[in-house]
Amino acid sequence: MRLALDIFTIVAVSSGAFFFLAGTVGLLRFPDTLTRLHALTKADNLGLGLIMLGLLPHVAWPFVALKLVAVWVLALVASASASQLIARKVRGRRGS
Amino acid sequence: MSSELVFCIGLALLILAVAGFTIGVKEDFAAVVGFVVYGLLLSLAWMSLSSPDVALTEAAVGGGVTGALLLGACARLRTREKPAEGHRPGWINRGAALVLCAGISAGLAGVVLLLPDPAPTLAPPAREHLLATGLGNAVTAVLMAYRALDTLLEKVVLLLALVAVWSLAPDRFWGGRPAFGYRPEPGGPLIFLTRVLVPVGVVAGIYLFWVGADAPGGAFAGGAILAAMAILGFISGLSVVPAVNGFRLRFVLVAGVTVFIVAGLAGFAWASGFLAYPVGFAKPIILLIELAMIFSIGATLALLVAGPPGRSLKP
Amino acid sequence: MSVATIFGICAAILVGFGLFGLILQSQPFRKILAFNVLGSGIFLSFGVVARRGAAAGMGGDPIPQALVITGIVVAFSATALAVAILLRLFEETGGTSLQDDAPKGSKSEEADD
Repeated sequence: MRLALDIFTIVAVSSGAFFFLAGTVGLLRFPDTLTRLHALTKADNLGLGLIMLGLLPHVAWPFVALKLVAVWVLALVASASASQLIARKVRGRRGS
Repeated sequence: MSSELVFCIGLALLILAVAGFTIGVKEDFAAVVGFVVYGLLLSLAWMSLSSPDVALTEAAVGGGVTGALLLGACARLRTREKPAEGHRPGWINRGAALVLCAGISAGLAGVVLLLPDPAPTLAPPAREHLLATGLGNAVTAVLMAYRALDTLLEKVVLLLALVAVWSLAPDRFWGGRPAFGYRPEPGGPLIFLTRVLVPVGVVAGIYLFWVGADAPGGAFAGGAILAAMAILGFISGLSVVPAVNGFRLRFVLVAGVTVFIVAGLAGFAWASGFLAYPVGFAKPIILLIELAMIFSIGATLALLVAGPPGRSLKP
Repeated sequence: MSVATIFGICAAILVGFGLFGLILQSQPFRKILAFNVLGSGIFLSFGVVARRGAAAGMGGDPIPQALVITGIVVAFSATALAVAILLRLFEETGGTSLQDDAPKGSKSEEADD
């Protein structure tokens, strides 16, 4: 049981790290702001979510686990709002 | 070399790179963003140094509230004229500054490497008196019991800074509202963010203060989160910065210091001196002082970011 | 080579960076940023001392940690006051020059610094 949980953690955290890497590569290589925002959301939503999922088996249930989930939800809310604000600013500057 | 050491070396190099970027980059906005990132990385460094209370305070105050302040200032200063290039420091000045800073860095690094071993520490006496205060968190005990006078004076310094910022207002705006905030954009993302985040943030701030008695937390981190929620309300337009001569605002601002001083003077009555606590009742008194402090700190930090009054009271 | 030593050297270099920026940057706004970097480097060296004082079951000596918490809040209030003064200077003169021979209060004069 412990071994299965450890393997799950390693797989989840590694794929989360992979999504962070993909998001960073996108941030550096994509041509303009809107596409870069699109790449960043992968890092925030999927990457953070997978890492959080991977850490869940190792923390005390329920309170610490719920706090981890709350961290992810708050990060989602904040990054979604920030991406919307940046995108609106960029669109306002570009279009008429 | 263990993985912890490798991580710390990587983190230290990253911190140095971001700090160098902040200092050296040409555009102000990039420098401010770099500074916020630097603050967050620094709170990771504080966690590596086993100081969770300081990490919380650095992330909230150093990264968050200072970042909001500097971003607002950068936006206001954006319209200034470009500096004339003719006044860049010459090579001799740069070389001298480089030598001076390298010397100071080397000296400080030498001091760090030559620190006495075993290191002198005040942890054992702090631990043995912890039971008398009834607290579980040694840092909170230091802030509110052993060195409560320092914390009281720090609150007074915060208030003085706020009064100094207010005094910068032009005469015709004295007593008015700070010119900080925007019109609310109905249905916009900021309104959504404020409506979702502010209740959570208020609960988190008060929780941080409450749990700071026994676990990492404390009044300053909690107060900074409350200030951040207030700033979010101002920015989104959902709440207006109160006028600086309002009675309720001034009451909230001085409540922390007043409760602290009253508790200190009462120390003459129920214990041995100023800011002394009676045995067995230390924790409730400390929590009461911190409760008043957290709202004062939140209001003071938010108003420090909002700046001096700039709009007259009459619309 | 321990965690404390690594961050101690990092703190020393940060102090050097901050001081360098404070001396050489011509814009006051950038000087304020450099001053903050300098201050946080000094706080980090306090943290190194705290970490080395780990004893009695605690991860670090609590006294320097409490000093640093106080210092961070006071440094923020100093930064807020400095920024407020800078913005006021900008409102009055239209530039952020620190030169003594800056022309008095006219936005149309050239802003040198």
